[in-house]
Formats: sequence, structure tokens, C-alpha cells
Amino acid sequence: MEKEKKWPEKWQELTPGCMVFRPGSTREYHTGTWRAQRPIYDTGRCIKCGVCYIFCPEGCISQDADGYFMADLDYCKGCGICAHECWPGAIKMVEEG
Amino acid sequence: MIEIRWHGRGGQGAVTSVETLALAAIGEGQYAQGFPSFGPERRGAPVAAFNRIDDKKIRVRSGIYNPDVVIVLDSSLMALVNVAEGLKPEGVLIVNTAKSPEEVKKETGFKGTVATVDASKIAREEMGVPITNTTMIGAVVKATGLVKIESVKEPLKKRFGRIAQKNINAMERAYRELKIAK
Amino acid sequence: MSERIGMEIALAAAEAVALCKPDVVAAYPITPNTHIPEHLSDIVAEGRLDADFICVESEHSALSACCGASGAGARTFTATSSQGLLYMAEIVPIVSAMRLPVVMAIGNRALSGPINIWNDHSDIMSQRDTGWISLFAADGQESVDMMIQAFRIAEHRDVMLPVNINLDGFQLTHVVEPMMMPDQKEVDRFLPAYKPYAALHPDNIVSMGALAMPDIFNEAMQAKDHVLINSKEVILDVWKEWEEQFGRKYEPIGAYRMDGAEIALLTMGSMGDTAEVAIDELREKGVKAGLLKLKLWRPFPTEELLKAVKGLKTLVVIDRAVSFGGPGAPVCSEIKAALYDQKERPLITNYIIGLGGRDVVVTDFVKMVQQAIGPQKKKPAKAYEIYGVRGS
Repeated sequence: MEKEKKWPEKWQELTPGCMVFRPGSTREYHTGTWRAQRPIYDTGRCIKCGVCYIFCPEGCISQDADGYFMADLDYCKGCGICAHECWPGAIKMVEEG
Repeated sequence: MIEIRWHGRGGQGAVTSVETLALAAIGEGQYAQGFPSFGPERRGAPVAAFNRIDDKKIRVRSGIYNPDVVIVLDSSLMALVNVAEGLKPEGVLIVNTAKSPEEVKKETGFKGTVATVDASKIAREEMGVPITNTTMIGAVVKATGLVKIESVKEPLKKRFGRIAQKNINAMERAYRELKIAK
Repeated sequence: MSERIGMEIALAAAEAVALCKPDVVAAYPITPNTHIPEHLSDIVAEGRLDADFICVESEHSALSACCGASGAGARTFTATSSQGLLYMAEIVPIVSAMRLPVVMAIGNRALSGPINIWNDHSDIMSQRDTGWISLFAADGQESVDMMIQAFRIAEHRDVMLPVNINLDGFQLTHVVEPMMMPDQKEVDRFLPAYKPYAALHPDNIVSMGALAMPDIFNEAMQAKDHVLINSKEVILDVWKEWEEQFGRKYEPIGAYRMDGAEIALLTMGSMGDTAEVAIDELREKGVKAGLLKLKLWRPFPTEELLKAVKGLKTLVVIDRAVSFGGPGAPVCSEIKAALYDQKERPLITNYIIGLGGRDVVVTDFVKMVQQAIGPQKKKPAKAYEIYGVRGS
């Protein structure tokens, strides 16, 4: 299968003003590959306050079926802000790999 | 092409004068320019404003240095400014003053045509204010014949609405009372 | 039917803009363009124009508001001068990059300092390379006509670019003179309602002004350049239509008495009219002189220039701005670059005149031509000369 083009090959293929007509195309950009550290969760300590969700600059945290807040690792850049803000100490950053 | 320079003080309405005269000429199908001495407004300071009138399209857009006609709205300026500067020898000097044209000739040393009218008195009597910018247009029309007095009425009505008639009365009196010495 | 009117040019330009029925006008006052937005605000207040007049707190906000409004599909107008244009500068290239047909009147004024409120072209020259179409009006009539033409050109589907119309500050903006003012029917016929190519709306999602990485930036710039260059075809078409409907001819480079001319002056803006009188005087003296009046500054009309200078021995380029430390003043540098590849090209003399409102009279133009062809061949020490500088 032909690999989908990340950007137009030729200048003639650009939209006028480089306008983007397809909504949500940023979702296709998997920034999770930037991550050097990842968050791990201690659900015993988590009180489901959602402070991590509020502070995540990537907007990649959501609640799972049991109500715990978890980062989507396809997009989480591993910045560690959630761990820094988590006052019950439920989030720890660990090295990738 | 006739070039005109108006002398007044900031706030006395010289710009309205040049606008009105230009609009009167344009209304007759002539070509005209009206413009202020470009710059910031300075109330009370001596200012000048200019007209060009011609029956052809006017192309020159520079300042005016050798006018055919000079109009002085406020005779107190004559002690501060050489109002006859650059005025063509065969030109016309029109002054708002109670003095006679001969006296103004002597004072200014200008040897061409001089015309005077006490526009301040007329304006006070007709409009209750000593603002002479529209009154003096009557004097200009009489002395130069550049436009018909009827042609000035339309722009005055447009500009002054309700109080236009007072301006027109004052202008017509200045037209009648102007004294001219060749 | 068009009506012959007498009016201050700035007010007439505002009346012309109102006839184009803009949806949004956002402007911040600065001398000498102020009368244009001021009069538009009057027109809106009088109920003659149904537009949002946004009183912003700065020129940066003025153009930002126009950018957003135009992005949302509104027909949009602003006006500024000098330092005001510089304060807009951050947004100026963004509007063109986003292909938004904003129309802006510039009452050209010198850049400070020393502080100066009078006319020259240094303001627009500072924004020359931002991707806008740039027109120069020579008189009141052109100021009125170009406002209406500008919307038509800007909104054309093959263009979709902002247009600035340059009116010499004071020299044009503050002069009362006669003009033909089209009526609403005529303008409606010439300028159809604006149908945006794309508009920001929640029902039809589009992103404008997204990031472009190095992988795509060359291509984006190529596309921006291409559309501006190609806009000339549309401009010529629009001008031809204008001539058919209104009987007034517009060309990228206007010519006056160029038949058999050996020397020509080239001017941009309101100097052209005064220079015409100088050409008449020179012709009477037997000098084969003509005049070229540049009206289209961007896209630069190279083909038209090559045609216009054919057969000329000498070209005197008149600039109204300094390119400090540069090889010539802005207009002349462009002309020299355009002529470099030509086998036959005229000798070029470059005079910078009328800076910060310094008056230029007919005899100045006569003298410049006489100096350029005089037997003394007095070559300026530099490639250009600021004419009439005391002490040199």
C-alpha cells in the first residue's frame, strides 16, 4: 500500500493560503513518539480529582471506564506536568524502553 | 488658471472658505482645487489656505507661491505676515478691514488692485459672531468674478443647513459693500 | 448615473468604499488618512451603510480585526498611514498568506523620525515585500476608482489577495477637487456581492494560518509569489471592464507625450500631474521628453516597463523614499533590476524628492530632466541623489 503523503509534493498541490479543510487532522500526528518518559499510575492513590486532566498541555488525558484519569500514549509527549501536579502522588514518570 | 491664497488664523475657517469657493466653481462645471496649508491644526496661529480655479483640468499639485489673488480674513495678521508676498503685480489683494483700499495700499506697498470691506462688522450684525470666512467669499466674488454669487449658495446651504441663510446674507452684504481701488 | 462632485479626496474615497458595501470596517486614526475612516463612521452612523464599524485600540488590532472578519467571510476595509502601517506590520504578511481580500487605503506619510506627518512613500516601501497588491493613485478620480476596483480585484477567485491603495497624504487626501462619483447601481453592476472561497464557520470547518514546517515552506512561498504575479492578468481584465463601464482608462504604467520621446521622467503617485506640466514646458523648448506614471507597484509590471522604455536614451526615475544604505531608491532599484537583462536600455538617473512633504514644483522636474541630459554630464557622486538638499 502506498504510504500516505504527509504534505503535498508540489507547490501547485497546496490549498489557497494553505487552508486546512479536513477537521481533526492534528489527530493523525502521533506525538507520542516524542516521549522519553511515560506516566504510570497508582490507582490505589488516585482520588479521581482530574487535576492531571486539567493541566495536561496536550489534552490527551481522559477518564477510563472505572473513572480513573489516564493519558493516551499515542499523543502523550511525556512532559511530566501531570505527575508534578498530582498532589496525592498517584502518577510517576518512568524512562521509556 | 487663477491661484488664490487665503490668510487667516487657525479656527477662523479659512479651510471652509477654500472648500466653499472650490465647490462653487466645481458646481459651475469649472475645475478647482481647495487645500489647507498642510499640517497640524493650530488654533490662533497664522495659517494659509489655497485655491486654484481653471476651466481645464488642473494638473499642478504643488504649493502656491505667486498667487493672483490674496485674501486676508483678519487684518491683525498684516503686522505679522507679509500678506502681499509673491502676489502678482497685476493681482488683487482683498482685506477684511474698516480701512479704505488706499490706506491698505499705503500700508502694504502693494501697487495692484486692493479691495476692502469691514467683514467683521457685517458678520457681527448678520450672524452675531465675528467669523468672516463665509462673509469674505462675497468680497472675493465681487472683486474677481471667478464664480457667480448664486453658485456659492448651494455649498453654503449644504454645509450650514439651518444657519446657511445668515451666512448668505452676510456674504451678499460683503459683495455689495466691497470698495475697490485699481 | 455617475455624478460630478466636488469633495475632499479622503471623503470621496470613503464614499466610494461605502458604495462597495463593506461588512466590516476597523480602523485607528492617524494623520493624514484619518478622514477616510472618520467619514465612513459617519456614513455608518447615518444609516447609509450597514456595516460593523469597529473602533479598535490600535492599528495592530485594526488589521487583526480585519483579518478575522475577512476570514469569517466579511468584505473588509481599513485605512492607515506611516507609523500606523508599521504597527500593523506583524499582521500585514499574514493577511496575504491567508489569501484574505482585505482592502486598505494608505494615506502615505513619512516614517519618523524626526517626527513628520507629511507625505512621502517610505511607509508603504517598508511593507513592499509582504505579498499585497499595491496601487498608486495620481489624483482624486483615481483614488475613488481604485477603491472600487480594489474590492473586485482582491475578491477575484484567481487572486484572493489583499490590496492597498496609496494616496499621497495631504497632497491628495486633504485636497478638494472635482471627481465623477459612480452611483450605487453602477457599483453593484461592477462589483458583485462577495462570495468567499472559504469562511470560518462551525458548520463548515476550515483552519486558516496553520503551521508550515520547512518541508513545505518553500512551496508555500512559491505559491504566494505565483498568485501575486498572476494577479496582474486579473487586474488588467478588471481595468478593461472598468474602462468599458466608466470610460476611464487604467494601465500599470500610464504614458504622457511618450511619442518620439528620448528622455522620460517616471513618477509614482500624485507627482505625475505636476510632472505633466513640466513635460509640456520641456516639449515647448524642443526637448523630446515624456512621462511614465507607475500605477501598479505590486505585482511589478516588468513587461509593461520594457515596452514603455523602448527607444528611450535616458530615464529619470523619481522616488519618494530612501533605501538607506542601498544601491538606489526603491522604485529605481526595481527598474534597474528589471532592465538588467536587456541589451538595449536607457541611462538611468535617480532623484529622491518630496521627502516628508517637501514641496516639488514644475521647475524642479524641468531641472531634473535638464541635468540628466545636460552637456556637463554632471554625474551624481552616488547612484542616486536627494534633490534639493541644502549643503550638497
